[in-house]
Order: sequence, then structure tokens, then C-alpha cells
Amino acid sequence: MNLTQQPPITMEPIGLETRFQTYVDGENKVEPKDWMPEAYRKTLIRQISQHAHSEVVGMLPEANWIGRAPSLRRKVALLAKVQDEAGHGLYLYSAAETLGVDRRELLEDLLEGKAKYSSIFNYPTPSWADMGAIGWLVDGAAIANQVMLCRTSYGPYARAMVKICKEESFHQRQGYEIMLYLSKGTPDQKAMAQDALNRWWWPSLMMFGPNDAESPNSAQSIRWKIKRKSNDELRQEFIDKTVPQAEFLGLRIPDPELRWNEERGHYDFGPINWEEFKQVVAGNGPCNRERLEARRKADEEGRWVREAANAYAHKQAQRRAQTSAVA
Amino acid sequence: MEPHNDNWKIWEVFIRSKNGLSHKHVGSLHAPDAEMAIKNARDVYTRRSEGISIWVVPSEAITSSAPDEKDELFTPADDKVYRHPTFYDIPDEVGHI
Repeated sequence: MNLTQQPPITMEPIGLETRFQTYVDGENKVEPKDWMPEAYRKTLIRQISQHAHSEVVGMLPEANWIGRAPSLRRKVALLAKVQDEAGHGLYLYSAAETLGVDRRELLEDLLEGKAKYSSIFNYPTPSWADMGAIGWLVDGAAIANQVMLCRTSYGPYARAMVKICKEESFHQRQGYEIMLYLSKGTPDQKAMAQDALNRWWWPSLMMFGPNDAESPNSAQSIRWKIKRKSNDELRQEFIDKTVPQAEFLGLRIPDPELRWNEERGHYDFGPINWEEFKQVVAGNGPCNRERLEARRKADEEGRWVREAANAYAHKQAQRRAQTSAVA
Repeated sequence: MEPHNDNWKIWEVFIRSKNGLSHKHVGSLHAPDAEMAIKNARDVYTRRSEGISIWVVPSEAITSSAPDEKDELFTPADDKVYRHPTFYDIPDEVGHI
């Protein structure tokens, strides 16, 4: 048998797409430089970069309280969490770059308001209890989504998710611990915790995106195994997990229709205000402008640091060249 | 390299988690030079004591085999079963070999 005599492979683009679908159906991972449908590449670039932007913008609502944390323990935990979010953004920008996109281009899109990031970060953090609510609910919702994404079909994205999930669990515990202390504290503390829950509950549910019926791109994402569970499935999972946690805190979830449904084996819950979600996604949330301003400022004011680092590197390289020339 | 530009190039990062193990690829980052790439890698990839040694390599220095040449490159090994110990028939009485 002459192994060097292979029949020539001529495939129509349709053939390649079918072969790709079969490959993905077999739970195989797609790696950088593997052939992939252009639409697969594009949708992943969009999703991963939005995820990265969310991490970085997500640093802002919590950074607000670093200077005002009530104790050193709270401060180191919050600082470490916010630092982690920066790290998560970096893992995700790296994953996006494996798809052949320039990071600077992604950042420009964010700074120009062309790129989206998770709507949840457009809400303000007026009280310390918000740090508890965010860690518990927002990171909790992110964990539900990210655990699912550990099984996404694109290798670099899946690996980034595994790393992120390991780090994310302290984020949620840090938040829940704050809620525990507040809800078992003075009446004022408990009221502050309840107020934070009242403000963060519904926006956290909106993090999972529109209902499946309203989400046209989801079907293709699920077919390509980018997404492994639907928006509604994940949202239900999050609610089922979180309601007992709220009961333990002795706090009330602001949903009069929330009740356990024995037949379904899940909690029934009230209608989400999708108009609010649409407005926030469109740029009309309470803090959209503020968040974008902060990112632009950081980019502008940090430029000298990036240039200085380059100048320093250049100088060091010249020095090394001179030393070896002399020696 | 232009001293006044604020673009940093991409580096691939490899971490050895402990002596005895190899360096493993963990991701990439941007940095102006190798020294700063190591410092950045320490901050981005070892916040939880993930490693005791870091390698950084400019991404452009890495050559990878082409995915569409996978068959040509790797199938020749697939039918050489005689490279594996199970191909060989040794009676049990001989003991461990």
C-alpha cells in the first residue's frame, strides 16, 4: 500500500461546512487555524470580545468601593476580586486574538461605543451592600454561564473559561459573606442588604439575555456548540440555586410571583421588564455614559505609560547592543 | 522598534507549575519586551501560585504545523503498531518485561 498516493481532495464550501458540523457534533474542539465557517469565527470574535469588555468594565462599579471598604479584610478581598476581573479580561482578549483579530481594534470598538458589554455593569453602586449583592448575584449569574461555557466548542475560549471559573468562586463567596454579615447585623445593615437585593435581582436575571424565543442567534450558537444551554435554561438554573441562598439570609426576593412549582421541579417567577433591558443595552441605562467615559479616560491617560514602556524597552535593547559591540 | 508608539507585541506564555513537570502553554499577553513580558506574565498567570517558572516567547517566533496537513504529517505513524509493546507476544511465565 502506497501511503503517499492520496486522492486529491476537492471540496465545495458546502462540503467543508458539513464536515465542520460533523466534527463539532462529535464533541471535538476547534483550535486556532483550524478551518471554520466565517460566521463561526465572526460570532466568536463578537462574543469573546464582549465577554472581555464586560470583565474590564465590570471592574468599575466595584472599584468605586475599594477606598471605602469597612475593614481591611473587606478591602483586600475587593481589591483581589477587581484585580481578577482585569485578569479575566486579559485571558479573554487573548482568546479573541487567536481568531485573527487585533486587540487594539476591539478596544477602539468599545471606546467608540460600537461594542457591547454586559448590561449589568451599567447600574450604579450607591451602598456598601451593593458589593455583597454584586458578588453574590452578578458573579453567581456569571458562574452559571461560565461553567456552561467550559464546554464550548472553541478550544481557547473553553480553556479561558476553566481558568476563570476556578477564580470566580471566591468572588461569589466574598459577596455572599458580605450579605451574611449585613443581614445578620443591625436593622440598618439588614435594610441596606435588602435594598441592594431589591435593586440587583432583576438586572441579574436579565444578564442571561432575552427569552429563547426572542433570541434568534441562539439557535446557530447551540448548533455549533458555542452555547451549550439556552438563556432560559441558565436563568432557571440560577434562580433555583439562589432562592434558598436568599432564604438563608432572611432576605426577601423582590418578586411576588416567585414560588416553588412542585410539578415542574423549579421555581416559577414573575415577568422580566424587557423594556428596561432594551434601554440599558441601547445605551440609556443609569451609568452607560459614565462607564464609557471612565474607559476612555483610562485609555487616554494610560497612553504615556505604554509609550514609556516601549521607549524603555528600546533603550535597554540599544544598551545591550552597545555592550556586546564593545565586548 | 519605534520608541514613541504605544503598541506592544504578543508573547505566548508557558508556566512550569513545579519542578519535575514541563512548562505548559497558558495563554498570551502583550508586552514591549521580554523582561516586561515576564513581569506581566507573573501578574496575569500566577496570581494563585500556579507556577515557579515562566517562559515567554514572541508569538511570531512560533511555527506551527498546518491543521490541513494533519493527515499527511501524522497518519504514517498510525499503522506502525510494532512501535507499541502490546504488539509483542511474550509468555506470562517470563514475568514482567
